[in-house]
Formats: sequence, structure tokens, C-alpha cells
Amino acid sequence: MSGPSTYEPKTGFTRWMDQRLPIIRLGYDSFVDFPTPRNLNYWWTFGGILAIFLVIQIISGIVLAMHYVPHESMAFESLERIRRDVKFGWLIQSMHANGASFFFVAVYIHMFRGLYYGSYKAPREILWILGVVIYLLMMATGFMGYVLPWGQMSYWGAMVITNLIGALPFIGDAIREWLWGGFSVGQATLSRFFSLHYLLPFVIAAVVALHIWALHVPGNGNPVGIEPKSKKDTLPFHPFYTVKDGFAIIVYLIVFAAFVFFLPNVLGHADNFIPADPLSTPAHIVPEWYYLPFYAILRAITFDIGPIDAKLGGVIAMFGAILILFVLPWLDTSKVRSMRFRPVTRVFFILFVLACLGLGWCGAKNPDDLVFAIGHDAEGVATGFKFVWFAQLLTFYYFAYFLIVLPVMGLIEKPLDRPASIEAAVLGTAKA
Amino acid sequence: MKMTRIFVAALAALGLSGLAWAASSGQRAPEHHHWHNAGPFGTFDREAVQRGLQIYQEVCASCHSLDLIKFRNLGETGGPFESAEFPNANDNPIVMQIAAGYMIEDGPDDAGDMFERPGLPSDAFPSPFANPQQARGSNGGALPPDLSLIVKARSHGADYVRSLLLGYDEEVPEDVHVAAGQHYNPYFPGGLLAMASPLSEGIVTYSDGTEATMEQMSEDIVTFLTWAADPHMEARKQMGVMVLLYLFIFAILVYIAYRQIWANVKH
Repeated sequence: MSGPSTYEPKTGFTRWMDQRLPIIRLGYDSFVDFPTPRNLNYWWTFGGILAIFLVIQIISGIVLAMHYVPHESMAFESLERIRRDVKFGWLIQSMHANGASFFFVAVYIHMFRGLYYGSYKAPREILWILGVVIYLLMMATGFMGYVLPWGQMSYWGAMVITNLIGALPFIGDAIREWLWGGFSVGQATLSRFFSLHYLLPFVIAAVVALHIWALHVPGNGNPVGIEPKSKKDTLPFHPFYTVKDGFAIIVYLIVFAAFVFFLPNVLGHADNFIPADPLSTPAHIVPEWYYLPFYAILRAITFDIGPIDAKLGGVIAMFGAILILFVLPWLDTSKVRSMRFRPVTRVFFILFVLACLGLGWCGAKNPDDLVFAIGHDAEGVATGFKFVWFAQLLTFYYFAYFLIVLPVMGLIEKPLDRPASIEAAVLGTAKA
Repeated sequence: MKMTRIFVAALAALGLSGLAWAASSGQRAPEHHHWHNAGPFGTFDREAVQRGLQIYQEVCASCHSLDLIKFRNLGETGGPFESAEFPNANDNPIVMQIAAGYMIEDGPDDAGDMFERPGLPSDAFPSPFANPQQARGSNGGALPPDLSLIVKARSHGADYVRSLLLGYDEEVPEDVHVAAGQHYNPYFPGGLLAMASPLSEGIVTYSDGTEATMEQMSEDIVTFLTWAADPHMEARKQMGVMVLLYLFIFAILVYIAYRQIWANVKH
């Protein structure tokens, strides 16, 4: 879609600039005149929302770092000092903590959008892979950020997650000690997590730049999954999509503000208001909500597979659940991008979304709790369908969606008739 | 709008799953109480916070610290002794008087010795024990938690603390063995705790003449502790209302602009 530039410098200064550093031309071609399919729906606004939240997180984070003390005996109190004594510190801290959650809500919607409309298919594989890289970086950044308040969940969450690395054969222990900077989660861990938590957002920003670059070569996908064929299929990005994205961003900010100002701690865990205590383990260690589906997959592997013990199997499954996204463009064999024209796969997709939400539910529960009770055993204890079994079922479906459904359905499914062009789809005329 | 509804529902579901009460530990869910400070427009009942302070000083403070609260906080915006006459809480005579009622260790002086002096508004409430070891030693091995954040540090904290304070009257179930130095309370995780019922009818004489019933005292101390955990709650909600109002108007204007720009474009 990045055709020849239509930018014409009009003033002396812009002509002078254009011959030396054509950055105004770049901005014009990318964000003003950029031809964008005319049929994008609101699911396409989350890219812009994510950009706004990256900026909110970086700015609020820089201010927080001015007041935060990365020391194991001072970190917790420094956060309370921010909330209590720093001017508007309560606001900035609440924006940053809730901003992380809203960043993840938006990225999950953005990813499901991509899965539904086949945004990962040729020629957008690199665009998709860069997105998965950003997601991985976000996971690492979010995890390390959650450790910084040095509350009970910070400390024990860090303990659980870093201990996973120890499950790797031969090199696990060495890598874990290297991450910790010692023999347990402690001061060295906190210092390096703070340093990396400050660094990674800028790495994310750099990969976002690549992501946008990779977007602007083939251009946006669209709900019907047919590439624009003529000028009638597209609209200039400005003002059409600046105003549409702008409206979506404001609506999203309204929900965000409702949490920041009225429910600031709902998405967190009460235990994180207790200072970290290495001698007292909380009853239930749960990660932040946005990791819960993967936490459920980790705990779903309760059996040894050949030489791989259950713990390592869980770690492999958990990382595999994310890494499989890298090869998704080659797992889906269908030539049809949009699920709109794939009536059977579409049902599998909806089940996949439900499976992800279900895994999140399992991740928040004790594996031995019951999803529903069936009866009682001899000692009168309720028996029934355990969460760990539910998680195993959903984990199987999660992988089956990528490894069985998408490769097979692409070969056997007969897609619906698709419109000849975006213009035809919009006007509802002749079908191909 | 459909998208927004789906989104709000998803968020609510996520929020609820995080809040689900840990029923498996045999702990009773706290009784829901209507708080004056609940809801988007709820404010602190100043008299209740003042009475709660009196309970903290006369009852709780013998075992529980309140490390994060400084005397000046009592006179700051949103605090129980906030006063238009004294925008700087350090000049507030009530605050100064409360602070002066405590002896604070300071120093070292020019001779290198520590000394005691009356408290200043900038001091924090002094801790009843010199260190955690002493606190455990005086409490049968149990460490009385600091109360500054207790309402935030427990799930449904305000209801939990109130239920706990009122929950000592329950009859001990037959299968529960209460060891010496322990007390049964169904709202506590596991049902047994080292703290005896701290409140009893009339244990304090309120300076404002309110009758010191168990219900009244529990509500007052929890209101005080809610303020202590979140002293900027009122400012936060006030700003939130303005921000939401601003964003709503902004959204309407941008929506009108959107309809205008897309008016003649089929999409």
C-alpha cells in the first residue's frame, strides 16, 4: 500500500527540509495521506489505543521512578510515600498500575482481532511476528514491574516464576541463580528488575516502530480480508481514521478513568499491601490476571511425559503456548483471511476465545477446587470436576486449535463466497 | 456500543474472578456493611474518623503500630481535623495537641545521647514495641500487624475488619480445639487467632457523647482505618467525577465530528 509519495512541500522551510531530512514527508505519508481500507470496524482501533497506553505507561513510569527506591527494606514504604505524600502521586501510581492492566486488555483484543481476521497471513507474517515479540516483551516488563512494590505477591510471584526456570535440565539452576543475582529472590533481584523494567519499555517502543513500519508496507488488513484494489477501496488515514480512532481511544479512557479513580485496587491483590516477607508464604500465590491463562497451562501438566517430568512439561507447555504464535502464519493453511467467510472455523475460533477465558478462570483457582460438585466420597468430602481437569481440557483445546483445527480446516473447509472488492462489500453489490 | 458492552462485561468478569472469596480455607465471608465512604460520591464521616482515632489511641495502639500515619495527616485535606483556618496541617492546634500527647525518641544530641521530646505534627504515631521480636514476645508469639494498610491488605478489608471485631461471640464448633492463648473467630482464616476480642461495650467513653456500643465502635474504628489506608480517597473521587465528565463531553464532541466526517462515506 505504500505507493509513491503524494506529499508536496508548500512553504520554503518544508521544501528546504524535504531535501535534507524528509521527515515531514514520512509523517504525511504514514499518518495523513496513508491509504486505509474504508471498511475497518472498531476492532481496528486497538492499535491506536495501545500506542496511547505505551505513552501513558512510559510517562507515568518515569515520574514514579523519580520517587521509587529499589531497596528491599525501602521499596514498599517508598511506594506508600508516593501514594500519600508525593503531589498527585496517588494518581500517577494508580494510572501506572491500572494502565498495565488496560494495556493488556487492549493487547489481548488486538491479538484476537488478528486471529479472527487472519491478520497474520501473507504478506503480513513479519508484522504478526513483531507483534508477538512486543507481547513477550510486555509480559516480561509487566512481570518485573509487579515485583517492584515488594509486597507479598510481588515477592512470591517472583519466586514462583523464577523457579520455573530451574525446571530446565542441566542449565536451569545456573540460569535461575544468574537471574536472581544470588541464591534467592533478594536485593540483587530487585535492583536488576528495576533496571530492566525501566529499559524494556523503550525496547518495546523500538519494536513498535518496526511493527508500524511492517504495517505500512502491505497496509492494513480489513474485515473482509480482501486487499484494496482501487482508490475507491481506501480512504486517507486523516481525517477518517484519526477521528474514528480518537473516539475509540476516548471511550477506552473513560473505562480506564473509572478504574483509576473509583476502583484503583480492584485489579490488584490485597496481599500486595503486606510488605514482602520471605518467611511467610501466602496461602494462594496468583500472578497478575493477564498471566492467568498461562499459569493455568503451567499447572495443567501434572503428569510425566517420558523423560520430561511434570514440572518441566508445564514450563514447556506454558512457553510453547506463546511461542506457537510465532509459527501461526504457517500453521493456518487457509487462503481465506477473514473468519467471516469460514463458517466452521469461526465456531472453533469462538470456542478458542472461550477456552482462553476459561484458562484464565482456572489460573485464578486452586487446582483441586471443584468447578462443579457431583457427590461426596466416603468421608463426606465433596467430589466433582476439578479445576485442574478443566485446565487440562482447555489446554488441549488451546494447542489443538493451532496444531489441528487451523491446518486441517484450511484444507477441508469450503469458504463462503467473498465479495469482489472492499467497495463491493461496502456497497453490497455483485459477489464474485 | 456493542463492543463497549462486551468489553465492560469482560473486565467485570476478570475483576470478579480476582476477588472471589477464598471459601476453601474454612473462613466465613465477611458481612456486607454499608459504609459512608462507599460509592463514587462517598465521603468520610469526619466524626466517625475522629471517634475511630480515639479507639485506635485507647485500645488498638497498645499492640498495633500505625507506622505510615503522621500526626499532620490528621489535619490534611480529607483528614478528620481538616480545617479551612489552617491550610498547613502543622499549624493546626488540634493536630499539635494530639502530637504533643506522645513522647518521641529523638537524637542523638550533642553529647551523643538519645532523648525523648513531645511529639510534633511531622512525627509518625510511635510504635508500641521497639521491634517485631518484642511485639511477638509480648503477644504469645503472634505479631500484631501494622494497621496503616490493614483495610487494603485484606480482601473486602473494611467488611472483614468489622466482621472480625464483631465475630468473637460465635459459639466454638465442636470440631475446633481452642488452645490456651487462642481465640475462636469464624471470620479469621483458620478460625483461631491470638488476639482476644479487643472491644467490649463501653470500653471507651466517646468525647462527643456518642454511645459506645459494639456496632458503633466497630464502624468507627474501621472508618478511621479506611481513611488511614487511603487518605486521599475524597480528592481521588472528586477528581474522578470531573475527569469522567470531561471525557464524556469530549467523547460526544468527537463522535459528532466522526459522524460529520463520515457522513457521505459508505463504509
